[in-house]
Amino acid sequence: MAENTYLIRGAAILGGEAEDLLIRDGIIAARGKDLHDDDATVIDGTGLVALPGMVDVHTHLREPGREDAETVETGTRAAALGGFTAVHAMANSNPVADTAGVVEQVHSLGRASGWVDVRPVGAVTVGLAGEQLAELGAMADSRAQVRMFSDDGICVHDPVLMRRALEYVKAFDGVVAQHAQEPRLTAGAQMNEGTVSAVLGLAGWPAVAEESIIARDVLLTQHVGSRLHVCHVSTAGSVEIVRWAKARGINVTAEVTPHHLLLTDELVRSYDPVYKVNPPLRTDADVQALREGLADGTIDVVGTDHAPHPSEHKECEWAQAAMGMTGLETALSVVQETMIETGLMTWADFARVTSFTPAVIGRVADQGRPLEEGEPANVILVDPAARWTVDPHKMATMGRNSPFKGKELPGSVVATFFKGHPTVLNGKLNTPYRYAGNYPTPDAAGAVSGS
Amino acid sequence: MKHLLSTENLSAFDAIRVLDTAEEMSAVGDREVKKLPALRGRTVVNLFFEDSTRTRISFEAAAKRLSADVINFAAKGSSVSKGESLKDTAQTLAAMGADAVVIRHWASGAPHRLAATDWIDAAVINAGDGTHEHPTQALLDAFTMRRHWSQLNGTKSSGADLRGMRVAIVGDVLHSRVARSNVWLLRTLGAEVTLVAPPTLLPIGVEHWPCKVSYNLDETLEAGVDAMMMLRVQGERMHASFFPSTREYSRRWGFDDARLRALDDLGMKDTIIMHPGPMNRGLEISSAAADSPRSTVLAQVRNGVSVRMAALYLLLSGDSREATAATAATTHAVSQPTKESN
Repeated sequence: MAENTYLIRGAAILGGEAEDLLIRDGIIAARGKDLHDDDATVIDGTGLVALPGMVDVHTHLREPGREDAETVETGTRAAALGGFTAVHAMANSNPVADTAGVVEQVHSLGRASGWVDVRPVGAVTVGLAGEQLAELGAMADSRAQVRMFSDDGICVHDPVLMRRALEYVKAFDGVVAQHAQEPRLTAGAQMNEGTVSAVLGLAGWPAVAEESIIARDVLLTQHVGSRLHVCHVSTAGSVEIVRWAKARGINVTAEVTPHHLLLTDELVRSYDPVYKVNPPLRTDADVQALREGLADGTIDVVGTDHAPHPSEHKECEWAQAAMGMTGLETALSVVQETMIETGLMTWADFARVTSFTPAVIGRVADQGRPLEEGEPANVILVDPAARWTVDPHKMATMGRNSPFKGKELPGSVVATFFKGHPTVLNGKLNTPYRYAGNYPTPDAAGAVSGS
Repeated sequence: MKHLLSTENLSAFDAIRVLDTAEEMSAVGDREVKKLPALRGRTVVNLFFEDSTRTRISFEAAAKRLSADVINFAAKGSSVSKGESLKDTAQTLAAMGADAVVIRHWASGAPHRLAATDWIDAAVINAGDGTHEHPTQALLDAFTMRRHWSQLNGTKSSGADLRGMRVAIVGDVLHSRVARSNVWLLRTLGAEVTLVAPPTLLPIGVEHWPCKVSYNLDETLEAGVDAMMMLRVQGERMHASFFPSTREYSRRWGFDDARLRALDDLGMKDTIIMHPGPMNRGLEISSAAADSPRSTVLAQVRNGVSVRMAALYLLLSGDSREATAATAATTHAVSQPTKESN
């Protein structure tokens, strides 16, 4: 049997009719009924759903700088197990990914790991300081081919700087991914401002701090004719503003995290910092609005905002704790629970919000493609009937800060094919994809970028 | 009751049990020998991450009157200021055999973390956490109000609640753990609470609290009040635009001499004026009001020791039956603390 040939028998393609998929040499060689190949390793897809590999537009891999929290290796193992074939690594590493050198380092670490395609996100401003533009063009032209730029974790709050960033990225078809958080309205903020914060005596994080920035940014985007992506939308009001902007034809896309689709600020009553996250968990009304927004296309994609932290950053007082939750290994299950089990979306919709559209936003050419003959074989097999209980200690990520700990969730990833290679088989890590040759030299990269 | 973390979930039964036990404890304070053997051999740690000499010495006096060993752990100048975590501090105290931890912390919820984790198995008493709660302050306030209210009604304090009493809590509700603990406890005890504050110093969401809200102190006075509780206001709040100036605050929301006279003019001869201390004389309360016969400020301090004795006693002596047995076993003991609580 050829090592690079796999025949998936009878999987429901995007949740539709059961068909066979023949994967050979990194591409989908054939799709249809009763396919045959003597060399292929056969995988029984009965009862499974075949989907395009998930593309995360929002991942924190922590390397370089915080290798005690996560590395590219551990984070991408988690991604593969979670059904991803590409992740966008956020720029808030140390050093910050604000130069061609750092984004190339992250890109090269991703290739060396080989579990998923690692797409570095470049910082908008030098050191995330919000004062001067980073060399966006150099990062775009680097071997990492950066197209998404974000100061995620910090809002580009200066309106002039945001305008310039939106204008500048037009030169190389880039997108500015904004972390919408008005800093003055959220100084010292600890949780969503509302009924629960009033009782708990934790400084409030008003919805308006997010919504006012989104409103400003969509107007700036319209004014300069650029492209805006709004990270982790968390309030009903934000959904309304994005809906309004799209109706006006503004080129804006929006993302929601799995945790904001399921959890509310009622959980903060425990003062357990595992529920501390930025933006904060909101109310049930916000959760419902986010689900409706994702279902009707107002919100374009699911992004995990996977944010691992060492345990000492969570085993402390709420106010001292770091913000963030892990999410790569639970994303599929949480979206199934909140969007598919509720009847709001189909698996085809799932493919749109977790793969097709994220790849378009990030300009990742060979990801998020249809499961058709001749397309790159980034494919996952999902068992929608599985149920499992979340145990953070059994995860591949180094972060143990999963807010879903102890929760029973539906759906499991049975196999992940990355570039035609099974990185995950039978729900377990298999082997990474190995790139031919070393990290491309600048000359070779020049040839690539000229394409 | 394993811990005393907040008044939000304190039942009327438990609240009245604490107050009734405190009545028994206060009798001890009137004796020449102000000491009971109830907690002999038990260790109480005062774990203070925030300076508060008043609360700390109140708990210290309470624990010592019950013959407990007291360890004071001030976070400043200790290993905590060198970066030791709450977890390590708690585990250290557990290893030293602390039976109860009285914790004051600048972070809301820190006492809940001690109680909810497996870092330490001791009873946890919240001595004020951030802007969340200060349950023993609310209990001593309720104790003070109940004595006054019972006396007016010609009934015994023990076993009574505060049904029908009108209480106004005035000032910086937003940042006040005292206000929060009082709102929940006074609701439980049947009092009618009105919060009076500038809109900037009320939390978003206050409309769901079991109380009335007013922006006008004079209207609240005219409507009739049995207890005025003035909250401490930090003058620095004006720099964050919570109010324009301390003078304007004082004019609109301070209990000044004119409002003190208004109590007489309105015929409210029995209305008391309360303050958790320390007071900003001339800001939220005038000297004449603070020193008037209506003022219960010093009674509150005195009652604080009794209430904290009751809390320590009830948490460390187990259930009421054990408490009764323990008290019966010694000649210097308080009489049965729950006898009149039904």
